[in-house]
Amino acid sequence: MSAVITSDEHSHDRPRGITRWLYATNHKDIGLMYLLFGLTMFLVGGLLAMLIRMELFQPGMHIMQPELYNQIITVHGLVMVFAALMPVTAGLANYMIPIMIGAPDMALPRLNNWGFWLLPPAAILLVMPWVLELFGIGGGTIDTGWTMYAPLSVQSGMGMDFALFAVFLLGVSSTMASINIIVTIFNMRAPGMTMLRVPLFAWSWLITALLLIAVFPALIAGAVMLLTDRHFGTHFFNAAGGGDPILWEHLFWFFGHPEVYILLLPTAGILPHIFSTFARKPIFGYKAQVYSFCVTGFLSIIVWAHHMFTSGMPASANIYFMFSTMAISVPVAVMFFCWIATIWRGSMTFETPMLFALGYVVLFGIGGLTGLVLSDAVADQQYHNSYFLVAHFHFALFGGPVMGVIAAAYYYLPKITGRMYSERLGKWHFWLTIIGFNVTFLPQFFLGIAGMPRRIPDYALQFSNLNMLSSIGAFVLGASQLLFVINVIKTSIGHGAKADAQVWDGASGLEFTLSSPPPYHSFAKADGNR
Amino acid sequence: MISKRKLLGLAATFGLAGLIPSLAMAKNPFDFQTPVTPIAKETLYIHNLFLIIIAVIFTLCLGILFYSLVMHRKSRGHKSALFTKPTTTKQWIFTIIPFLALAFIDYVVLGIPAFHSILALADTSHADMVVKVTASQWKWQYEYPKDGIKFTSTLSTPQSQISGKQPPDKHFLLEVDHPLVLPTNKKIRIVLASNDVIHAFWVPAFGIKQDAVPGYLRNTWVDIKKPGVYRGQCAELCGVGHAFMPIVVIAKPEAEFTAWLAQQKIKQARAATAENKNFSKRELLARGKSVFKANCAACHQLNGMGIPGTFPPLAEGKAFSASPQMLEQLRKRGFYKNGKIVMGPVKDHVDIVLHGIHGTAMPAFVSQLSDADIAALVTYERNDFGNHTGDVLQPSQVKSIRSTKK
Ligand code: HEC
Ligand SMILES: [Cu+2]
Repeated sequence: MSAVITSDEHSHDRPRGITRWLYATNHKDIGLMYLLFGLTMFLVGGLLAMLIRMELFQPGMHIMQPELYNQIITVHGLVMVFAALMPVTAGLANYMIPIMIGAPDMALPRLNNWGFWLLPPAAILLVMPWVLELFGIGGGTIDTGWTMYAPLSVQSGMGMDFALFAVFLLGVSSTMASINIIVTIFNMRAPGMTMLRVPLFAWSWLITALLLIAVFPALIAGAVMLLTDRHFGTHFFNAAGGGDPILWEHLFWFFGHPEVYILLLPTAGILPHIFSTFARKPIFGYKAQVYSFCVTGFLSIIVWAHHMFTSGMPASANIYFMFSTMAISVPVAVMFFCWIATIWRGSMTFETPMLFALGYVVLFGIGGLTGLVLSDAVADQQYHNSYFLVAHFHFALFGGPVMGVIAAAYYYLPKITGRMYSERLGKWHFWLTIIGFNVTFLPQFFLGIAGMPRRIPDYALQFSNLNMLSSIGAFVLGASQLLFVINVIKTSIGHGAKADAQVWDGASGLEFTLSSPPPYHSFAKADGNR
Repeated sequence: MISKRKLLGLAATFGLAGLIPSLAMAKNPFDFQTPVTPIAKETLYIHNLFLIIIAVIFTLCLGILFYSLVMHRKSRGHKSALFTKPTTTKQWIFTIIPFLALAFIDYVVLGIPAFHSILALADTSHADMVVKVTASQWKWQYEYPKDGIKFTSTLSTPQSQISGKQPPDKHFLLEVDHPLVLPTNKKIRIVLASNDVIHAFWVPAFGIKQDAVPGYLRNTWVDIKKPGVYRGQCAELCGVGHAFMPIVVIAKPEAEFTAWLAQQKIKQARAATAENKNFSKRELLARGKSVFKANCAACHQLNGMGIPGTFPPLAEGKAFSASPQMLEQLRKRGFYKNGKIVMGPVKDHVDIVLHGIHGTAMPAFVSQLSDADIAALVTYERNDFGNHTGDVLQPSQVKSIRSTKK
């Protein structure tokens, strides 16, 4: 059978109502669920951030006690990393990769379903201890910071156990998603699409998925050890029993450092598509970018202990981890070079996705350069666990991945919904985000340099002005994200002009050969793949 | 200097207008706290070097980017080129050069001073003096092993300021009861230990931040070049009191330091004899109150009412619920009955304070509090917070419990 079957003929096998989502195996349905889940959790994490900045608005304890503060910063971190950013990038992968490489669906649809449906329980596990606390059970949720350093995490209350189980679920979920993506990219490409023709977004996710599979087990192993230390009297992290608290740091960061690239790479992969579209010019340095994804991925696995320069490692280890960390600047610089070279001498227009992509380059640039500063093992004595670090990783993770997924969302929203979003609202969103973000996080560099430690609910007087400024910025940043939500909702319920298949006049790629929205089943049976 | 100003200019373009006035009041906001040790000076030098370099890189890249954004736009009628990679040798050379330059910056311009400073920091040999610093939730203990002096240092900012009932002092949250005193112009090795979780000893003016890891000893060193008062904080999340365990160091010239040491020794000897005398109830209550404030109030609260679900009240008859394991521990010791806290036997009370409650957050104070402190504390607890047991404990009784148990 080789005739293309239109979507209408297929609609009978699309279940209706709630079962469509519960039993979903269609990559577009699952992709949408990931995206919506991620967006919801982004708002939850953002709300927690607002509470943090409210408490830090002035010196003194005002709206909460330190116990709750510690829980809020922890859940903010975990939610943003695991429940917001990762699901959103996974959602983009699910929705876009098959239609970018001409596959009818993901290779393993049922696994795909599981991968998604493990996420909501994990998120519930994270916040459930707060609900239980309302009923007088336990003392709230995990409060150790997302790094969960032992022995603090051994000592911590029952919220810790909930969080560890959430980690297990997340680990299983992302491993499933990763396997699926790898298999899909390796086996389901349209005829003629060799590996070096695979779109960069798919390539970046391939490396991301390999990284996830390589490093998540370290975190899972650590979490199991922590659980047995907590409840079964083992002493993995207890020096009195022959263990070592630093072992946890190694396990955690062996996972935690690559995790940064797991968040970053998918958006570094989407950026060249956006630049190419709005500069109306082909991607510059395709191969160079593929190789730098590979090199960055590899290097990210061997630099983890640069998070531990103050833990008391010997000088030789500090030297190794410092110099290997510096090496990452090279492949990352290659990406920057290619991005700029892609728009160089193009014919640019500045729609919202382009603005966010450019914002990414500038903000992530600051995040990357300050990362270079942090790689210095001795200067790190001043930066480590100070607000300088907080500012750095928000530039790297909000400035990079979050800006990137927002850019991608605007870029593909017309493709997914079949409607153009409101450009005016989008531009407001962009400028308020840029202003809010910088007013929030630039002052934090100075706070860190002046000596303010992170993760404190209350601070000395010399930090007052900058903290107040940072809080004001945060409120602007937080509020402006609502514009995005409004824009997404309006577009989804059918406001805005109809989008054609091409959507953007400079766009290229298989996904733009499909109608907007794409048919429920795309590229199906056309090539006998199924 | 120039690039610092450039950076500032950039900051301004990013909507920082509100920040500038507050920056102008400070010294150079890009500088760390004034460095007073060789390491801190070296760190500041590296920091400045880094900042200048990244400011230059950033400005250059941003310049190129903005040039492109202005010149290569469709609205100006710019037609797009089609190149996708360098082709001519010249283009290849221009492409490679930035990366070679970056590698040179990484490994030579920044790498060499960084390498040097790592070795300098790691060299704790030939110290003139050793100080042992032991962290615990949420205080620091300072020990001068050669002189047999030891004391704990806790936050002295009153709770009323933290809760906003009183305006904050100048050194809000950065003030302690017993600061660490060190001589200037001596190489001092600091040996770090921890009693419970990981803490980090950070004094920005010294340029050092070193984790204190339970079960292990960590070394770092300072050589303070200028007398003065230096303030820092714990820099590793260590529980609810993490923000409330500041470090205050007073650096004195050697002569003054020696005088201080001598004075300290006399005080300590006097205290040792005083430990064995019998106290009046009034004395015990007064002393107990201050010991409680410094050591217990962080968890059990100043009014002794604790925090529901986590820290029990110390008052008989007050309801408390928590995890079954926690409650079982209390019940076993006679401190919990029918959902309420009760006053268990004196002996168990002292035992709880001495050895903590294993598997819960209740820490052991065996090495931090003297017999007199504990006698005062237990007397105070049993006769305040609405308790009226009338029990009066003397140091000698604590001493005997200390030696029988465990
Ligand atoms: C790190 C927090 C913390 C600090 C500091 C602390 N405690 Fe406790 N304390 C606890 C916890 C938690 C329990 C409950 C343990 C359990 O449930 O088994 C407890 C229980 C107790 C109890 C038995 C229960 C009761 O309500 O009477 C006493 C007595 C007590 N603490 C006294 C003290 C004294 C005295 C100090 C100061 C020297 C102190 N604690 C410091 C956390 C702390
Ligand atoms: Cu601490």
